[in-house]
Amino acid sequence: MADVQPGTEAKAQAPLVKVRDLKMYFPIHSGLFRTHTGNIKAVDGISFDIMPGETLGLVGESGCGKSTVGRAILRLYDLTGGTVEINGFEIAHVDRDSLRSKRPMMQMIFQDPQASLNPRMTVASIIGEPLDEHMKLTANERLARIYELMDWVGLNREFAKRYPHEFSGGQRQRIGIARALALNPKFIVCDEPIAALDVSIQAQVVNLLEELQNRLNLTYLFISHDLSMVRHIADRVAVMYLGRIVEIASREKLFAEPLHPYTQALLSAVPEPDPESERNRRPIVLQGDVPSPANPPKGCNFSTRCPKVMDVCRQIEPGVYDFGEGRQVACHLYSESMTTTAEPTAGERTN
Amino acid sequence: MTDVPAVVPAKPDTSGRSQWWDVWDQFKTHKGALFGAAVFLFIVLAVTIGPLLWPLEPTYIDIRSRNIGPSMAHPFGTDQLGRDILARMMAGGQVSIAVGLTAMLISVVLGAFIGVVAGFFRRLDGFLMGLTNLFLALPLLPLLLVMVMLFRETLARSFGPEMGTFILIVSAIGITSWMQTARIVRGEVLALKEREFVLAARSIGTPSRRMIIRHILPNVLSPIMVSATLGIATAIITESALSFLGLGFPPDFPTWGRLLFDAIDYLQQYPERVFWPGLAISLTVLSVNYIGDGLRDALDPRIRGR
Repeated sequence: MADVQPGTEAKAQAPLVKVRDLKMYFPIHSGLFRTHTGNIKAVDGISFDIMPGETLGLVGESGCGKSTVGRAILRLYDLTGGTVEINGFEIAHVDRDSLRSKRPMMQMIFQDPQASLNPRMTVASIIGEPLDEHMKLTANERLARIYELMDWVGLNREFAKRYPHEFSGGQRQRIGIARALALNPKFIVCDEPIAALDVSIQAQVVNLLEELQNRLNLTYLFISHDLSMVRHIADRVAVMYLGRIVEIASREKLFAEPLHPYTQALLSAVPEPDPESERNRRPIVLQGDVPSPANPPKGCNFSTRCPKVMDVCRQIEPGVYDFGEGRQVACHLYSESMTTTAEPTAGERTN
Repeated sequence: MTDVPAVVPAKPDTSGRSQWWDVWDQFKTHKGALFGAAVFLFIVLAVTIGPLLWPLEPTYIDIRSRNIGPSMAHPFGTDQLGRDILARMMAGGQVSIAVGLTAMLISVVLGAFIGVVAGFFRRLDGFLMGLTNLFLALPLLPLLLVMVMLFRETLARSFGPEMGTFILIVSAIGITSWMQTARIVRGEVLALKEREFVLAARSIGTPSRRMIIRHILPNVLSPIMVSATLGIATAIITESALSFLGLGFPPDFPTWGRLLFDAIDYLQQYPERVFWPGLAISLTVLSVNYIGDGLRDALDPRIRGR
C-alpha cells in the first residue's frame, strides 16, 4: 500500500480543514434547581490543519476528548467556541440550512458498526439514505449508485436487501464506509473505525480505507488509541491529553523522537513485536489518574503526572513551541530554546 | 491489496418481492398470532354479519319468556325483560369493538406523538412530561363526568344521540389513557437518540422530521404495539364502567360492558349471564394481544427469518 506522500501532489495548497481554538464544554447541572455549576472541558482550545489528501492521526487515552473533537468538527455538537473551516467554508457557526447543504463534503465513519446502522433498515436503504437526502435520483440511478458503492467497499450486491444483523462486524463496518462515501465527500472523520473489530479484520478495513483514499483523494481525520495502526495509516499525528493537543508532528518524527513527556510515555507503552527488544523495553509508567476534565489542574494539564515536572508547569499554561516542519509541542521544557508561535502551521507544505 | 475486492458477478435481488411478504411469512410462523387472528376475525364477523342472520332484535321485549336458560330459540338465554341475549351480545360487540379500537388508536397516536416529541426535542421535554404527569394525577372519573356534562348535548345535536355518545366516549377514553404510552415511548426515544445511527443520520443532514419517521418510530414500534394491544382491553372496560355510571350509552343500548353490569344483579340466580360478555371481552383482548405479539415479532428484522 503506497501512502500518500506529503508534498507530492501540490506544493502550496491551502489546508482542507482548518480548526482554530476549538472549545467544546458540556455544562454540569446539579442541585435542586439544576443550576449550571460548571463545565466538562472535553475539548479546551485546540488548533490544527489538515491538508487535502492527508491523514491526520489523533491519538490519546480514553476520555481525553478525541471523539468529541471528531464530532465537533462535523458540527454534530454545537461548539462552545472556536472556528472550523472545511474546504473554505466556515461551519462552526452557520445556521441549520446552510450547514445542511455543506454536509455532503464531510462525513463520518463510526466506532461501533453494530450501533451505527439502523437495525430496521436494509443495506440498500442505509447506503441510500444520504442519496435520498441530498440528490434527486431516479430509482434506477439510485440503485446503480448503491451497487457501485457496494462494489467499492467489497460488499456483494446480493446483500442489498439484507439487514445489518445478518452481517459480521467487518462487513457492517464496510456498510458504514459505503454510507460515508455515498455523497463523494472530501473529508471523512474516522472515529476509531477499527477499535470494535477483530484484529484479523482490522487490517482489511484499514487497507480498504487507504485504498479508497488513494482512489478518491480523501482526507481523513483518523481517531484511534491504537498507536501501531496510526503509525501505519497516518501522515501526521496529533497527541491529545485532557482536551488539549500536547504534540503534533509528522509520523516519522513523532515515532522516532517524541518530545513531549506524555508522548514519550505513550510511545514507550507500545509493545515491541520482537521479543528481544521487548525484553529490554523500559516503559515509562505514569503515576496517578487523568484529572477530571470538569476540574483540570492549574498550569499544564499534564503537570500532575509528568515525570519531568517543574515549578513553572504548575503555575503557567505552556505555550505552543514550533520546531519547524509542522512540529509543535506544548511543553515548558522547550521554552528556552524556542519562541511561541501564535498560528499553528500544517506541515512542511505550508512553509 | 490494491486491487478491487473480487465482486461476485452482479446478480442482485430483483425478485420484486416486497418486505411485507417477509412480514407475512414470519407472522404465519407465530402459532399464537395466527390463532388470535382467527379468533378476532371470527368475533368481528359474528358481530357484524351475525345480526343480519339472526332474526331476533336486541331490543325486542318478550316479557313472557324472561329469564329462561339456554335453549334452541335462545342459545344464550334471555334476560329479565325477555330480550334475547345472543342478539344483544352481537349488537353490543359492534359497539364495544368499535369503541375499543378507536379509543386505542386515539390514545396510542397521542401517546406516541407526545412521547416521541418529548424524547426527541429536549426543549419540549419539561413541558410535555409535566403535562403527562398532570394528566396522570387527574382523577379520571370526575373528569369524564365533567366532559360528558359539557359536551354530550352539543355532540348529540350535531351527530345524533348514538354517534354523539360514541364520539364523546371514544375521545374521552382516548385523551385520558395516553400517558403510559407517552412515558414508555419517551424513555425509549431518549435511549435511541444516543445511538450512533441517529448521529450518523445527523451527519448526513437528515432533518428532524424524517429522522423521527425513518429512524426513531420504527425502533419504538415494540412498546407502542404492546401498549396498543393492552389499550384495547382498557378501553372496553372503561367504556363499560362509564355505561354503568350512566355516563355512556343509554341504558337500553347494549354494549358488552353494559351487559356485564346488568348481569351482576342476577349473579346469584343466573351466573351464566355474566359469563357470555366476560368471555367475549376476554377473548377479544387475548386475541388482540396475540396478534400484537406476532406483529411485533414479524416487524422486527432481527427476529424475522429465524
